[in-house]
Amino acid sequence: MGFFLETLIGGLMAGMLYSLVALGFVLIFKASGVFNFAQGAMVLFAALAMARFSTWIPQWLGLESAALANVLAFLAAGAVMFLVAWLVERLVLRHLVNQEGATLLMATLGIAYILEGIGGTLFGSDIYKIDVGMPKEPVMILEHVFDGGLLINKEDFVAASIAALLVALLALFFQKTTTGRALRAVADDHQAAQSIGIPLHRIWFIVWCVAGVVALVAGVIWGSKLGVQFSLSTVALRGLPVVILGGLTSIPGAIIGGLIIGVGEKLSEVYLGPLIGGGIEIWFAYQLALVFLLLRPQGLFGEKIIDRV
Amino acid sequence: MTEATTPLLQVNSIEVIYNHVILVLKGVSFSVPEGGVVALLGGNGAGKTTTLRAVSNLLRGERGEVTKGTIALRDERIEALTPAELVLRGVIQVMEGRHCFGHLSIEENLLTGAYTRRDGKAAIAETLAKVYDYFPRLKTRRKSQAAYTSGGEQQMCAIGRALMANPRMVLLDEPSMGLAPQIVDEVFGIVRRLNQQEGVTFLLAEQNTNMALRYADFGYILENGRVVMEGAAKDLAINEDVKEFYLGLSTVGRKSFRDIKHYRRRKRWLS
Ligand SMILES: Nc1ncnc2c1ncn2[C@@H]1O[C@H](COP(=O)(O)OP(=O)(O)OP(=O)(O)O)[C@@H](O)[C@H]1O
Ligand SMILES: [Mg+2]
Repeated sequence: MGFFLETLIGGLMAGMLYSLVALGFVLIFKASGVFNFAQGAMVLFAALAMARFSTWIPQWLGLESAALANVLAFLAAGAVMFLVAWLVERLVLRHLVNQEGATLLMATLGIAYILEGIGGTLFGSDIYKIDVGMPKEPVMILEHVFDGGLLINKEDFVAASIAALLVALLALFFQKTTTGRALRAVADDHQAAQSIGIPLHRIWFIVWCVAGVVALVAGVIWGSKLGVQFSLSTVALRGLPVVILGGLTSIPGAIIGGLIIGVGEKLSEVYLGPLIGGGIEIWFAYQLALVFLLLRPQGLFGEKIIDRV
Repeated sequence: MTEATTPLLQVNSIEVIYNHVILVLKGVSFSVPEGGVVALLGGNGAGKTTTLRAVSNLLRGERGEVTKGTIALRDERIEALTPAELVLRGVIQVMEGRHCFGHLSIEENLLTGAYTRRDGKAAIAETLAKVYDYFPRLKTRRKSQAAYTSGGEQQMCAIGRALMANPRMVLLDEPSMGLAPQIVDEVFGIVRRLNQQEGVTFLLAEQNTNMALRYADFGYILENGRVVMEGAAKDLAINEDVKEFYLGLSTVGRKSFRDIKHYRRRKRWLS
């Protein structure tokens, strides 16, 4: 029992991070109908910016405090992501209004390459470290409830909490603020939104900013875990099965899809692994996504096209 | 209206081309006085919607373009403005087919209409209360997802949403489309009250000539991208040609206007 719960919790915590990456896809797809292939490159770019600024800023300013340096580096990397959002809207999206989905997809593919290129040029292409003081040692909890207690990885726990907090903040932003409502309106019917005076350019800039922040947080978390290197841009691939499972248009879908995949990976590795050989963790998500593509292509929570005449 | 006052909206022989090649409006001129209700009439594909889009500047999103002529709002040229800038100047379009935000509740739909306003929450709440006064049905459905409300309610929602921007002029495209006659009456009745009590000017595009002429004060009949006839609504309503071709009162059956009146129309375009 204790072991099962440990695995389950480990899966939930890993899943929360998948949710975060998936959310990046969903936000942009909802607001602009663009499947953003550059999401992975944005994660890498943001993590690179964070890693480099956190070593540059203390040098430039002669700072002692690592915490302050990290905060400043985070803000600077955030500003860089806003700049990216602005450039993407100005130089790419603005010129592609009303184009086919495939055209837009190709455009984001281009953005991905450009970001990876510029990221390498600006920030170098070594392997960097992000050290935001994540606790590394595991802890025991609930020792008096279970025999031997539960062993929890503190780093995963902190990461999952941050991801959950960000997701909650985004949900509030979307449901409760004027801008969030305008974003949902654009997602529903961008022509009607335009007709009542909502400027699409501004909305697109805002969603790309939000997606940039999501990428930054994901980049910092994954980067501090795995180191900042080129392969970080493939982390976003983990988000793909999640959006297929949860539905490309659903924010709750991204969250629950991420959790299901996180838990599924861990449980199948532990309980099915011995039967059919290990390594399930690597392909489990994709298999699950494949099944969903066959049986329920709009995903668990994908918005039905509400159609009534 | 006297000749001396400048109209609220003055459209001068505009030409509209879609996709760089499809010429749809071939020199349309008309004017809308402050506080008036003006109807643009005509059958399918006559160019009514295109004309409204040219004014509200929603053409660009449809890959259309005004290539000739001028559009002026109180003597200010507005062809180059964005839809958002026009909303700020008090001109807003209610699109054909209603276009409510399906996943938003009725109340959220209405509130998005206030997006461009900067006069504070209290003022917006006041407008919302007023919209609910005019459309009591919307108040009872305020929590419902717009996609699941009836066609009439969606039309009211679309108009109410536009009113939330506090417009001086509403471009209303085909409000009667797909609605039962008594709902059409209800909607037009509210339009009239908004016009008389709130002083909102309306430019109305309608295929439902009969209805539109009953509520408008002036009408223009479009055919094939040109104005073929214009006049006070009450004159148009009793005009024999209009009766025959648009009010379906003919015994001969529907023909195109051009069949008999060709010579007369040509004279008008040339003059
Ligand atoms: N986006 C577009 N691209 C190309 N052609 C268009 C476009 N929109 C309209 N048209 C064409 O312009 C002409 C006028 O269309 P418009 O929609 O203005 O007519 P309408 O009078 O509003 O008709 P209806 O009463 O059916 O709404 C039609 O021939 C139509 O095919
Ligand atoms: Mg039309």
